[in-house]
Amino acid sequence: MLYLLLLIPLMPLLGFIILTFAGRRLPQSTAGMIGCGSVGLAMLSAFSLILGFFTRHPEGHDINQVYWTWLRAGGFSADFGLYLDPLSLLMVLVVTAIGFLIHIYSLGYMAEDEGFRRFFAYMNLFVFSMLVLVLADNLLLLYLGWEGVGLCSYLLIGFWYQDPANGRAARKAFIVTRVGDTGMAIGLFILFYQFGTLNIQSILHRAPNNWVMGSSIAFVVAVLLVMGAVGKSAQLPLQTWLPDAMAGPTPVSALIHAATMVTAGVYLIARTHPIFLLSPAAMHLVAVIGTITLLLAGFSALVQSDIKRVLAYSTISQIGYMFLALGVGAWSATMFHFMTHAFFKALLFLGAGAVIHALHHEQNLFRMGGLKEKLPVVYFTFLAGAASLSALPLISAGFYSKDQILWNVFSLPQGNYLLFAGAILGAFLTAIYTFRMVFLVFWGTARTEVSRLPGRTMTVPLVILAVFAIAVGLIELPRTMGNFSLFGNFMQSVFPKNAVEHGPISPELLVQLLSSVVILSGLYAAYELFVKNPQKLAALLSRPLIKQIHLFWFSGWGFDWLYNLLFIRPLLFFVRINKEDAVDKIYSGIADISCQLNRLLLRTQTGRIRWYVLASVAGAILFLALAVSL
Amino acid sequence: MILFWIVIIPFIGAVLSWFSAAKHPLSARWIAIVALGIDLILALSLAKNMMGPPHPQSTASLWAAEISWDWIPQAGLHFHLAIDGLSMVLVLLTLILGIAAVVASWSEIKDRLGFFLFNLLAILSGILGVFLAMDLILFYFCWELMLIPMYFLIAIWGHENRRYAAMKFFIFTQAGSLFLLLAILGLYFLHGHFSGNYSFEYQDLLNTPNQWPYSLLFMLGFLIAFAVKLPIFPFHPWLPDAHTEAPTGGSIILAGLLLKTGAYGMLRFVLPFFPQDVQLMAPLIFVLAAIGIIYGAIMAFAQSDLKKLVAFSSVSHMGFVLLGIFAGNEIALNGALLQIVCHGISTGALFFLVGALQERLHTRDLNSMGGLWPVIPRLSALTLFFALASLGLPGLGNFLAEFLVLLGSYIVTPIITIIASIGLVYAAVYSLRIVQQAFHGKPKGTPMISDLYNREAIILGLLISIILFLGVYPQPVMNLVAPTLQQIRIKPVDATSPLEPAIIVKRDVLVIKDHS
Repeated sequence: MLYLLLLIPLMPLLGFIILTFAGRRLPQSTAGMIGCGSVGLAMLSAFSLILGFFTRHPEGHDINQVYWTWLRAGGFSADFGLYLDPLSLLMVLVVTAIGFLIHIYSLGYMAEDEGFRRFFAYMNLFVFSMLVLVLADNLLLLYLGWEGVGLCSYLLIGFWYQDPANGRAARKAFIVTRVGDTGMAIGLFILFYQFGTLNIQSILHRAPNNWVMGSSIAFVVAVLLVMGAVGKSAQLPLQTWLPDAMAGPTPVSALIHAATMVTAGVYLIARTHPIFLLSPAAMHLVAVIGTITLLLAGFSALVQSDIKRVLAYSTISQIGYMFLALGVGAWSATMFHFMTHAFFKALLFLGAGAVIHALHHEQNLFRMGGLKEKLPVVYFTFLAGAASLSALPLISAGFYSKDQILWNVFSLPQGNYLLFAGAILGAFLTAIYTFRMVFLVFWGTARTEVSRLPGRTMTVPLVILAVFAIAVGLIELPRTMGNFSLFGNFMQSVFPKNAVEHGPISPELLVQLLSSVVILSGLYAAYELFVKNPQKLAALLSRPLIKQIHLFWFSGWGFDWLYNLLFIRPLLFFVRINKEDAVDKIYSGIADISCQLNRLLLRTQTGRIRWYVLASVAGAILFLALAVSL
Repeated sequence: MILFWIVIIPFIGAVLSWFSAAKHPLSARWIAIVALGIDLILALSLAKNMMGPPHPQSTASLWAAEISWDWIPQAGLHFHLAIDGLSMVLVLLTLILGIAAVVASWSEIKDRLGFFLFNLLAILSGILGVFLAMDLILFYFCWELMLIPMYFLIAIWGHENRRYAAMKFFIFTQAGSLFLLLAILGLYFLHGHFSGNYSFEYQDLLNTPNQWPYSLLFMLGFLIAFAVKLPIFPFHPWLPDAHTEAPTGGSIILAGLLLKTGAYGMLRFVLPFFPQDVQLMAPLIFVLAAIGIIYGAIMAFAQSDLKKLVAFSSVSHMGFVLLGIFAGNEIALNGALLQIVCHGISTGALFFLVGALQERLHTRDLNSMGGLWPVIPRLSALTLFFALASLGLPGLGNFLAEFLVLLGSYIVTPIITIIASIGLVYAAVYSLRIVQQAFHGKPKGTPMISDLYNREAIILGLLISIILFLGVYPQPVMNLVAPTLQQIRIKPVDATSPLEPAIIVKRDVLVIKDHS
């Protein structure tokens, strides 16, 4: 039991080390086996932990293990310690399980790639860092994982490094998230001086005693943590890196930029929720950020032509839902949506990857089509994912988790009608862009030939994920249909209980009906626009104003343009004019003046006697005059 | 006696390798390595003793080893060497980077090899002397001893613009040294005037009474010399030229060690000698440190000469050292010390790698590189590693160093700290640019070049393991320097000390913690 916990992050780390140092000498199959096996073993350890976790005495579920003192200096100390409670266990399970499936899938997807071993080495390093992030018992170690996943994200976005555009996307991702991370680091400084430690649990236990409700210090710390969270989770205003991050191989997008890393911000806020509970203003900020982000990204997803960019914007939008839920205090609902999202979004990305793989790296939606018959497994699994993403009522996991969020936004005191309206509108958009994707890719006429079919390593993970994307919602049923709360019970030792569970049942039913109607009408709208009457859409798009809006949404609301203008251009301008270092000019100026002076004095040495005599006499007279006048 | 040997062995090696180089170039190189290796073993054996039970908190026992011979006793001059944890860490750094510098020049330097090795090892002797001297005139002597061989190193074996760079380096540092000499003499007379004991002993001068305005002037004298060496923001222009034009071994020593003598000087002399005046100057220094961090990082990004890029990144990183030293509490001081070590290793390694690249490609221009990863994967991966160290990736020592500096200085000067931490973003910008432009992208008609040789890989592997070790378990280093840093911080015991408020605030926090 004790070392099982350590084993979870250790296995992927070991895999990374082996692949890095011996990778080139190993045959591809062995390398793949190490890459997948290490994550598989981590998954098995995690699953065996569940058993131990539940059979232990009911209280003191949480396990805290300290391995060594990382650093102790002048009153500051941090440990290498892991902390396991239901929240981190959930994260570990999702990360290792989905990570394992995606690793298996990658065996097929990356089979013909030169960088096969490098790919698995980076992926293993990622899983390691992510596990450290979620298991860390102190914020400094969490920060290590936090930056570690950022590094792996950088390495994997730029995996095909021959194309400079990929490198640009990779650096953009790293640098933009680092802006947020820097804010978060300052948050850690303040937390340390407030509590004398960075141990998460002791901070969280003491915060309600040390800080007054609504105090400014709680607000400042919460906002700084949110800075880190919005960077990692691609929320406003740091969301710009995620669509570009799609430059990486598709399994990477599935694992890092959909299922796990991008939800680290959600995890951070959920983990530190006692701090947020002390600052209603900060919570409201989170909710507002979430709502605006989910809408902006939803509109952008509507008009993208690259299938992966649609999914990227949809990820931003879905994480927006999670932020909204966090902001209204729906902690358990957030984590529930995180889990279902991890399954269905990984599934959608892997499905998209299978399509891209089959169409010889074609990513443009408008050059796909008619794949329903040719790739049936991909089609049906993708459909399952799409149903879950758009939250089709009753039959999808996404419905149950999104419904919980909508209901909480509606009913909890921190929610309000504006947020609720935004969430409902977002659900409508989600249904449209999801089924736009389905219709364009799988329906209609074929526009690109299928060059190869996905193998067993790719289809099996798809099927498994599809089952989860449909069925995992059943572990948490709303009061209107069964009131079964396995997930909520599992989480209840972590999060405070919300009061709404005891109110009347009819408003909840109403919310469910409303969202169902909205989602189905979104689906119908997609059918109308992309299958039945595509000419109507074409006519709409030919209007100049619509065209402008289309372009604006397509470019992600002009954020790149704005940041380019505000930050990049001034930097490049400064760099251009000051490449030679203006400070240096001061010193060379001094040197020049000395040289000039020297030349001037040299001029007096003419070799003509009469000048010397003249100078001597003039000097003598001057001195005499001075002497006399004194 | 062991300290004497530690200082003198590199010099003996220097002479021996000079003589043997003409006949046996290879054996000359090996003599240099062996001399430094023996020295390293000596130092390590001493370090092992120091790791033992903690010292009692008296000043006398702070020194783990000490020798003091009369030099000119009438003038209060002694050949006095002593070592404590702080010096020990820097001695070890010196010897490791010294070996790296010899290896880096293995195939680069063929012309006048003997004289090259002589200069290289003489500099190391000088640096070791600086870190060990406890007599201020001896310190000054060693301080100057580093300078002249370094001048030769740049002027003889440097690159295109070497004369200019060597002259600039010499004038800048010499101008700074002049102030140092004046300040040492001033302090000597001030102390002698009050105590009747005219002495250049470090321990004696520590007790010099605080005399306005003399102490401020003397403090400025010390500070300017160290500020030029470190360098502090407006005094930095010598650095990019010297680092860029120097041969690889010279760049490693410049960035890894020579800059650190400035930081060492501040820790050893400025803070303990002039606690009040440090407080007076601190706000200005903080501003300069922050400017240096940001400006150095942006200027690093501006460069297309790879060596110049790394050189400017040093300006940025030294800003953190400066910030940590003047923040003055134990957390920040620990951070500064760790930064000194980690920057020495990581930047030394980066210069090593850039030198290796230049030897293979005959260019340092980033714009003419590209797509080198598949050609030289080992060299590329190692450069990526040290670029990541330089941008402060957690898990590597540099991260802990910068984290501690910022953490410690936050309580002293929050606004400056926030500005300084923006430098972390720019560090990512310029560090990743190296990797992108040199190794990623499309190959630009690269000729067949060889990857790292084994001797290069071994020494870089050693540096990597040090950085990793310091990143996950820096405690041995922290323990070594703890007694000294406590002294440096506690020295000004009077209530007006600049360093105390931070500590008091911190203690308050800790008290609150204990009660709740």
